[in-house]
Amino acid sequence: MKIIVCIKQVPNTTEIKIDPVTNTLKRDGVPSIINPDDKTAVEAAIQLKEKHGATVTVITMGPPQAEKALREALAMGADEAFLITDRVFAGSDTLATSTIIAAAIKKLGADVVFCGRQAIDGDTAQVGPQIAEHLGVPQITYAAAIDYDAAREVLTVKRQFEDRYQTLEVSGQCLITILSTLDKPRYMNVWDIVDQDEKEVGLITYKDIEENLNLADIGLKGSPTKVKSTATKQFDKTIETVELDPETAAKTIVDALKARHLI
Amino acid sequence: MADYKSTLFLEMIKDFAENEVKPLAQQTDEEERFPIETVEKMAKLGLMGIIIPKQYGGAGGNYPMYISAVEELSKVCGTTGVILSAHTSLCAAPILEYGTEEQRVKYLPDLASGKKIGAFGLTEPNAGTDASNQQTVAVEMEDHYLLNGSKIFITNAGYASTYIIIAVTGKGPKGPEMSAFIVESAFEGFSVGKKELKMGIRGSSTCELIFENVKVPKENLLGKRGDGFKIAMKTLDGGRIGIAAQALGIAEGALDATIAYVKSRKQFGRSIAQFQNTQFILADLATKVAAAKCLVEVATNAKQNKLPTVSVNAAQAKLFAAETAMDVTTKCVQLHGGYGYTREYPVERMMRDAKITEIYEGTSEVQRMVISGTLLKK
Amino acid sequence: MAKNIWVFCEQRDGQLQSVALELIGVARELAEKTGEKVCAALLGHKITDKAAELVAYGADEVHVVDDACLEKFVTEQYAQAVTALAKKYEPSVILFGATSIGRDLAPRLSARLKTGLTADCTKLEMDEEGNLFMTRPAFGGNLFATIICPDHRPQMSTVRPGVMKKLERDDARQGEVVVESIEFDTAKFAVKVVDEVRSIQCAVNIEEAKLLVACGRGLKDVKPAYTVAEKLGGSVASSRALVDAGIMDHCSQVGQTGKTVRPEAYLAFGISGAIQHLAGMEESEYIVAVNTDKNAPIFKVANLGIVSDAAAVMKNIEKLL
Repeated sequence: MKIIVCIKQVPNTTEIKIDPVTNTLKRDGVPSIINPDDKTAVEAAIQLKEKHGATVTVITMGPPQAEKALREALAMGADEAFLITDRVFAGSDTLATSTIIAAAIKKLGADVVFCGRQAIDGDTAQVGPQIAEHLGVPQITYAAAIDYDAAREVLTVKRQFEDRYQTLEVSGQCLITILSTLDKPRYMNVWDIVDQDEKEVGLITYKDIEENLNLADIGLKGSPTKVKSTATKQFDKTIETVELDPETAAKTIVDALKARHLI
Repeated sequence: MADYKSTLFLEMIKDFAENEVKPLAQQTDEEERFPIETVEKMAKLGLMGIIIPKQYGGAGGNYPMYISAVEELSKVCGTTGVILSAHTSLCAAPILEYGTEEQRVKYLPDLASGKKIGAFGLTEPNAGTDASNQQTVAVEMEDHYLLNGSKIFITNAGYASTYIIIAVTGKGPKGPEMSAFIVESAFEGFSVGKKELKMGIRGSSTCELIFENVKVPKENLLGKRGDGFKIAMKTLDGGRIGIAAQALGIAEGALDATIAYVKSRKQFGRSIAQFQNTQFILADLATKVAAAKCLVEVATNAKQNKLPTVSVNAAQAKLFAAETAMDVTTKCVQLHGGYGYTREYPVERMMRDAKITEIYEGTSEVQRMVISGTLLKK
Repeated sequence: MAKNIWVFCEQRDGQLQSVALELIGVARELAEKTGEKVCAALLGHKITDKAAELVAYGADEVHVVDDACLEKFVTEQYAQAVTALAKKYEPSVILFGATSIGRDLAPRLSARLKTGLTADCTKLEMDEEGNLFMTRPAFGGNLFATIICPDHRPQMSTVRPGVMKKLERDDARQGEVVVESIEFDTAKFAVKVVDEVRSIQCAVNIEEAKLLVACGRGLKDVKPAYTVAEKLGGSVASSRALVDAGIMDHCSQVGQTGKTVRPEAYLAFGISGAIQHLAGMEESEYIVAVNTDKNAPIFKVANLGIVSDAAAVMKNIEKLL
């Protein structure tokens, strides 16, 4: 089984701050991490490899510094890694991005594609299903557990909804998007940390995949959606915060709820 | 090209220390319990075999990686730091450096995988700083050495299965002839004696070892007969860098905890971080810690590159880092005031943990002897 | 020429989901701008009788695809049905709920229809030319971005449940119900549903609760929260921290990656209020926050902010009730 895992390097949004003057994100000093759902996708792929034998290829689209995210995945136990990077890819929205990644996957060849459900910097959850459509393979999103029946060559996926779980089966090629709750991603290990130093991260540029790609479908021009404007959020505080002992606090809360006829 | 190996390793060990080691540190100390489950987790990640080459099942990493591991673990738990240091520097390293190919193949894979923990026995009741006054003897018989005697204050004792033991094998021209042996805990006549109740690093197991007619196969002689004292001293050079890293880590951990504390603690209507006394003490402590880190790096590089200065570099690193750890933790407790003296805050434990770094693997006085000896030899 | 505002009306087990009605509500507003119609797409099995309800909530037309293969949601089956409708009617806009179904189906369709999609919108506006302005939180709610899709139709968007307001039900409202018949390409049905289990922990839908007792990292034990919630006639919600820690189920999570709620009262215990969390609850009518850290961001949105130990306050409330 050949598994391709799509990952994204994202700023750790819990540490993001907004520059109040320019209305832009202060990215300086904000550490970059593998997107949490994607990291679990790497974990899920390595688990399948351990149980059933597979090769795990990790890919990402991004600037050259995204190589670090790929190397982290190698240090967790992935077999090989490719960085999809080119100036002509810049400015792509989710549809254009998925077009490019799908072209790269076609070139590399895969039985199963894993993605994280969504990235914490965009929260769109769109690129995975869009890649699946470009590849013409079925998708299963929101995977909370994955199992492989080697005898029947069937993947069983526990698919999470807001109010239920479904057990789904799929055979043949497919794309699965994975929830970070599936499992805790393993730590990098020293053996693979040392080994990744001896591995090359492959580069995939426009030239390498142009047979599967139309310039009109990628980059800023190939993106149907455009950002018209951005704004930051303002909060208005209703009252001052008060310091109270637990007993007085409890009484204050209950009184306030009663006064508003909420209880 | 960016040094991904070091960057990724540091990220991993920080992450591991924060999430797996730190939550258990207080309990490990209070219950005086060897954190075996942590060691198992470390083993799974290859941390027990960082410097062991790949052909022996190790990760094939370098000395700076290993030393940063001891430092990062010690930031949150001094006990865990010394377990790794004793295992690696005092057992795996001498087998790697002085062992025959057969000994390496036999012992290193289990040490690398963490299936077995390593330890080292030199100290005896009457041979502490005066290490050459050994009473443990190994008499050469037809196909084995017969080992008799005892060792004290042995780190990892009881949990370790592979021990490097120094014993007297005869008389040399300038005193007793000493040799080093690889001794397995499974050998008949080997037993672990009294467990020490310590002030600090209380999760680390420190016990007496007793040898009663232990038959040590001749192929377990480490290095040449008579090289024991030299092997012990060279091994301790490496070990001291590990202890220096432990001391550095403890100091850094205490400083981090104190910086967080002084920002939140309020007296006279403002945070105590706003007082110049606090600010100046922190500045001095941070500067000492930075200096200690530099000395540890110098010693680590000397070890990695097999420089002849390693002995004095290691002694200087350990001397300075240990005294820094004691000074930093004491002042950090002071900055915490009454709370710092309670077990609610980690600086109390860190201060107790720091003290041992001035004592074991050569007291600060021994380090001064090593350093001055080099100065005056010329 | 593309026209009309379409809404994908999500149903589960034959029950229309609240978000479907909310979307008809906002579609109504958008349609007023251009004088277009609001069209509802209702997919499922044995659901034709639900069409009247959609009309009562404001749909001008309801297009029903009633087929056994649509009984349970599976991406390909649903994608084929919506694609067929989109090709036949050429909508100007298609709206989906930003649920685990809408967020699965909409991107698949956007790639199939080769058009843009904006996820998780919290505000929709339209100009006279029929251009949709889709506003969504970005970077974990730190920024808001307004997205347009100028040259492609349909304009597609998923919309956060609980954000838009549904209209009052009016059974006198008139609308057309069209039963569609679709030729499915069953050869492409590769995913099989072998089992479905409703999650017990998720029996309560926090989006519908009038009062929420929300637990965060500052609470070591969440059990008292259930007692207090029960006595107050509300439900228990949680921050992401407790879900990640495995203490609470994902379905109770409020925030960017969880649910958006706006109960009449939101009581936050030991929640620091990461911006991602605030995004999911700041619209609540009355917010009470208890936290030991007086600088916690939760206090920025609280009507009543109390610096105190959350667990101890919880215990005292329990005693008072």
